[in-house]
Amino acid sequence: MTNETDQFLESVGSSEKSSRMTGVAISDEVVLETRDVNVYYGDHHALNDTSLTFHKGEITALIGPSGCGKSTFLRSLNLMNREIRGCRVEGEILYQDRNINTSKENLYELRRSIGMVFQQPNPFHKSIRENITFAPKRHGLKDKAKLDQLVEESLRGAALWDEVKDKLDQSAFALSGGQQQRLCIARTLAMHPDVILFDEPCSALDPISTLAIEDLMNSIVKDRAIVIVTHNMEQASRVSNRTAFFYMGEMVEYGETDQIFQRPNDKRLNDYLTGMFS
Amino acid sequence: MAKQMPKRSLEKVGLSVTGACVALVTLVVVALIFMVAQRGLSTFIKDGVNIAEFFTGTTWNLAITNEETGLPFTGALPLIVTSFAVTVISTIIALPIAIGAAIFVVEIQPKFGKQVFQPLIELLVGIPSVVFGLIGFHVIVAAVRAIFNVELGLGILPGSIVLALMILPTVTTLSIDALRAVPDSYRQGSLALGYTRWQTIWHVVLKSATPSLMTAVILGMTRAFGETLAVRMVIGGVEVMPTGLLDSASTITTTLTTSMAVYATGSVENDALWSLGLLLMGMSLIFILIIHLIGAKGAKARG
Amino acid sequence: MASTSTAQQDARIKRSMRNDRIATGVLTLIVGIVMLIVVSMVVYILAQGIGQLFQPGFLTEASRSNGTEGGIAYQLFDSFYLLILTLIISLPISLGGAVFLVEYAPEGPVTKIASTAIETLSSLPSIVVGMFGFLMFSVNFGWGYSLISGAIALTMFNIPILTRVIQQALEDVPSSQRDACLAMGLTRWETTIHVLIPAAMPAIVTGVVLSAGRVFGEAAALLFTSGMSSPARLNFLSLNFASPTCAWNIFRPGESLAVHIYKIYGEGSPEAQHIVWGTAALLMICVLLFNVLSRIAGNALARRMTAE
Repeated sequence: MTNETDQFLESVGSSEKSSRMTGVAISDEVVLETRDVNVYYGDHHALNDTSLTFHKGEITALIGPSGCGKSTFLRSLNLMNREIRGCRVEGEILYQDRNINTSKENLYELRRSIGMVFQQPNPFHKSIRENITFAPKRHGLKDKAKLDQLVEESLRGAALWDEVKDKLDQSAFALSGGQQQRLCIARTLAMHPDVILFDEPCSALDPISTLAIEDLMNSIVKDRAIVIVTHNMEQASRVSNRTAFFYMGEMVEYGETDQIFQRPNDKRLNDYLTGMFS
Repeated sequence: MAKQMPKRSLEKVGLSVTGACVALVTLVVVALIFMVAQRGLSTFIKDGVNIAEFFTGTTWNLAITNEETGLPFTGALPLIVTSFAVTVISTIIALPIAIGAAIFVVEIQPKFGKQVFQPLIELLVGIPSVVFGLIGFHVIVAAVRAIFNVELGLGILPGSIVLALMILPTVTTLSIDALRAVPDSYRQGSLALGYTRWQTIWHVVLKSATPSLMTAVILGMTRAFGETLAVRMVIGGVEVMPTGLLDSASTITTTLTTSMAVYATGSVENDALWSLGLLLMGMSLIFILIIHLIGAKGAKARG
Repeated sequence: MASTSTAQQDARIKRSMRNDRIATGVLTLIVGIVMLIVVSMVVYILAQGIGQLFQPGFLTEASRSNGTEGGIAYQLFDSFYLLILTLIISLPISLGGAVFLVEYAPEGPVTKIASTAIETLSSLPSIVVGMFGFLMFSVNFGWGYSLISGAIALTMFNIPILTRVIQQALEDVPSSQRDACLAMGLTRWETTIHVLIPAAMPAIVTGVVLSAGRVFGEAAALLFTSGMSSPARLNFLSLNFASPTCAWNIFRPGESLAVHIYKIYGEGSPEAQHIVWGTAALLMICVLLFNVLSRIAGNALARRMTAE
């Protein structure tokens, strides 16, 4: 059995391999789904009819040139676009069998389930501990023991515990950029989200910190879906199970990552991958 | 454990609390405009003062009743002329100094400007207007008396000098901002064409900063037009048509200071003072309008 | 031909270089004069008045003979009391207004009207604000000459300044901080209270203290609202807030240092002149202190925030 697995692992692509090694295969359980999502900034039509599904235990990468609408799409998934004046999102976004893109949706509850990690590490001007406990406290968790437990569990989850366990009450700004970003991930993990959205999480980091974040993504994807917007195509092919290619406000091609990178169907995707434009 | 308020309600609370603050301020401003307008207009509507007479009459004396009309003398032209005179003269004095200082600070010695000159000039903003008035009264008026060999030394000239000092920081600070906002590429382009620094400043930097500089000037004038006590202390406070820069005179604001508490609310005299208040308010609204027009024109020019 | 043109060119270059030197010289002179004026003004006031500050009783006694004799203890107290009352009223309103404009303001006429109103208030001459305060609070509300009328007039003068400062401070907090909060399901209210305002605190404190300096020296808005005299006797120990001699009674008249200067600047007696200059020096020292304090407090807070 073990031998068979080893043999099998030799034969699959690297993205496949990473997901196999974490014990997760391409799954069928859809956590989040969009149907014909359109986004407008005032009169500008920024994203056109995008339908995608995000699966439990999988990392989906959104790639494409700057201004192609991938970040706009990502920000639609946790309704963050509602915070931008003049931005309008149309279409269905299905989470737990309901359309969340309605005015009735409790977006405060929703955003606990669909967490987000940003481009620039953005810890609060608070201690490391408070960075983790701030939001849970505001959501009603007051028990000190439980909060302490949550801090440890989240920091362990973000592979940061050993580095910071002795300085939990120091300012988060004393940490390095990579550690700050992992703290931001820990902060998100503390909410036990079903989906985590990463908006170019490594673009401000050095290569070693980048690899640490990628490892981390692989280790936390097990019970949830991860969506990552990235400019870095090696990163997309290293970490993701599926990839969607966006171009000029349109989702052009979507498929398993190996297929997208090795056998692209669309000419624009092929041009993008071969560096005709970026 | 205290029960958490649902987030949606919490957000509504936030919106209402902060919205109430803004609503309160707006309400007060609307009430102010309405009240000043109502009182100021009743001079003409209720008391029967001729509005043309008010603007063109040259005699202002609330203490004496005009035999012909049975009303006090409410010809505000001397006050209006004096107000405009001190505003314009103080701007003429302050403007070249402010722009010169701004050019020095932005183009010639930026480091010195940031570390020494700007904190110093900001200090000038904080000096209370009565202190300006006091210095005007003791130093500038005395100097005017000595230089021009006049008896009192009070009047429009010392008033304008004091005002020039008071608006100098406003105009300078805004001019500095205006020049700083000119992109460096403009300067490099001009220098690359072989123009000297001075030619570059004159033809390129000042020209492209003109709208912002005009805004600075108008804001300075707004302050000069509405300034009260400092002017009151050096202008003499005599409500006659000014005949020279060295004779005692009185602006709209200084007349208000001296007479407001004298006459009972509702009297013709008091209403006439409110008309002056309305005039002041109207002018400051016009100044705002001009600033907005300059801004809109600038935005249009930039595309 | 060629040589003349070269000569002409040389002359032109020389001329423009000379112009450049002259211009630089003139500008340097202007800046020098401006700085000289500012410094000599401050020095002059301090030199004229600092001796009076050390006269026994000047800072601790009440004024006599309508302010032309005695000390300025009550004026000093009233100035600070007015300032505190003003801040108590204007700070929450400005904070709320700024938060609304930065965080909530829906696009449209409501917000436009509100910001126009605040701008209008900032450009109104303080004498007009004083007249309005007189009619509204002293006459219509029947409060007469009272500290509370004065404090509200000063509030109207202070709100636009404070609102703008706080608005700027909130806008300067990186938007990533706001995003982080909202993305964790927190409300804008919680975001503002727990993250944005703490992050903007150094700038807010600097702005508030600076505005306090402006309020402290304002007089025109106070002439008809808080009045031009303090009660002859104030009892600081009295807790009967309705008593006209209770120092803490907000419905009693009061006179600030700036108003005091205006009231007696024209008095000819040497004693009165000493008092005027002493008061002016004290006012200047307070304003300078506010100026320095604002920087120190802002910097200290900023340092604490990054170091903790």
